[in-house]
Amino acid sequence: MKIGVLALQGDFAEHISMLKKLAVETAEVRLPEHLKGLDGLIIPGGESTTIGKLATAYKLIEPLREFGKSHAVWGTCAGAIFLSNDIGRDQPLLGLMDIKVKRNAFGRQVDSFETDLEIDELFKATGTEHPYHAVFIRAPIIESVGGGVKVLSALDDGRIVAAQEGHLLATSFHPELTDDPRFHEYFISLAS
Amino acid sequence: MQAKTGTWTEKKGLAQMLKGGVIMDVVNAEHAKIAEEAGACAVMALERVPADIRADGGVARMSDPEMILKIMDAVSIPVMAKCRIGHFVEAQILEAIGVDYIDESEVLTPADEEHHILKHDFKVPFVCGCRNIGEALRRIGEGAAMIRTKGEAGTGDVVEAVRHARTVIGAIRQLQTMGDEELMTFAKNNGAPYELVKETKELGRMPVVNFAAGGVATPADAALMMQLGVDGVFVGSGIFKSGNPARRAQAIVKAVTHYQDASILAEVSKNLGEAMVGRNVSQMPEAEKIAGRGW
Repeated sequence: MKIGVLALQGDFAEHISMLKKLAVETAEVRLPEHLKGLDGLIIPGGESTTIGKLATAYKLIEPLREFGKSHAVWGTCAGAIFLSNDIGRDQPLLGLMDIKVKRNAFGRQVDSFETDLEIDELFKATGTEHPYHAVFIRAPIIESVGGGVKVLSALDDGRIVAAQEGHLLATSFHPELTDDPRFHEYFISLAS
Repeated sequence: MQAKTGTWTEKKGLAQMLKGGVIMDVVNAEHAKIAEEAGACAVMALERVPADIRADGGVARMSDPEMILKIMDAVSIPVMAKCRIGHFVEAQILEAIGVDYIDESEVLTPADEEHHILKHDFKVPFVCGCRNIGEALRRIGEGAAMIRTKGEAGTGDVVEAVRHARTVIGAIRQLQTMGDEELMTFAKNNGAPYELVKETKELGRMPVVNFAAGGVATPADAALMMQLGVDGVFVGSGIFKSGNPARRAQAIVKAVTHYQDASILAEVSKNLGEAMVGRNVSQMPEAEKIAGRGW
């Protein structure tokens, strides 16, 4: 099992360190040829505009789309934005997932928050029951999802913060900033 | 569960999102858009870039909130702004208008020559400058959630940025080889909080994100700082005091991502036009250097 982390900008090192704790082989992806031999890819948190521009400049958009057709891909925060097919503004997107995302949906940094989530699918897959503590930073929300997309978790007010479409996964929050490995374990199971 | 805002995880976390990126000084909405378009991961809103602050002299203060708000409206990326060292009311004002990060900065004229702001009192996160490990850990002790090595702002001379990054990273390496019984003396000698010294040793890195700043003017300078081991780069005067800001900004963003790939660095270094003129730090009178501000 070898999981790549898109390393154009953002907290890719945090994802790599979590994957290493789970004894998974990892690779940093900055150019199309770095996708070779990977079983899955994580697109980390960061600035989605920066990641999109660098992906365009180094001709990664098409190779990433191709990779995502047959491999597991997970986007956290900026990564979820990049995976989506509509954000209501002009910026490079992969369009792999049929989700509409709104950037900075909660406001500015002083509105960033931590909260506990119920994520049944995750609890079932990992045989656990305790709530998932999620860290949201200038976070996006998933405004709406297409027919083939399963909502994994929503806030109390109904706003969607995690969704899955087959082997593709999007979360508004940052599992890589916590000590809870369950989301990474869940993603590894999608990649196997 | 009740959502919690302004936590240490949140404050540190935003800096983690900026890693591998370039934070650019901008003085108006137009510059901010150029920076965003070039791929900046955040902008620092200020009325004058450090090179102009040096040239103009006088007291340098927090920027006009109206000007910062215009920049916040113009871009979707995080916006930082500077307050004077120790000027906690400027910080309260910046928090009230909703900036994403406050830089308690030696580039402005200090308001307090003995104390920094108690940054734990704020919901908004702070970044502070340092020249060595003791200064870095004192700032973190006061609540800074991000650190930048100071360099010598507004000079375009990378020599101080290199000195400060090497000093900090060298001290972290030295800590790794120390026995636990040596840590209290290290804390004493460096004027650093003991608990943070211990944490730094255990982590093998600074407990918060650490960027380089002060003198970065070219893609090669940016990649040099990354190879020395910082998490990202601030570029102040280096972009908008150069011949072709948009092109240079893009090139520096690419250089920070591909900092280990010399062929890409060669490619992005081509045809950037004039770099900022720069001032040689070794020939500057001591009184003109600003990195010494901070206690």
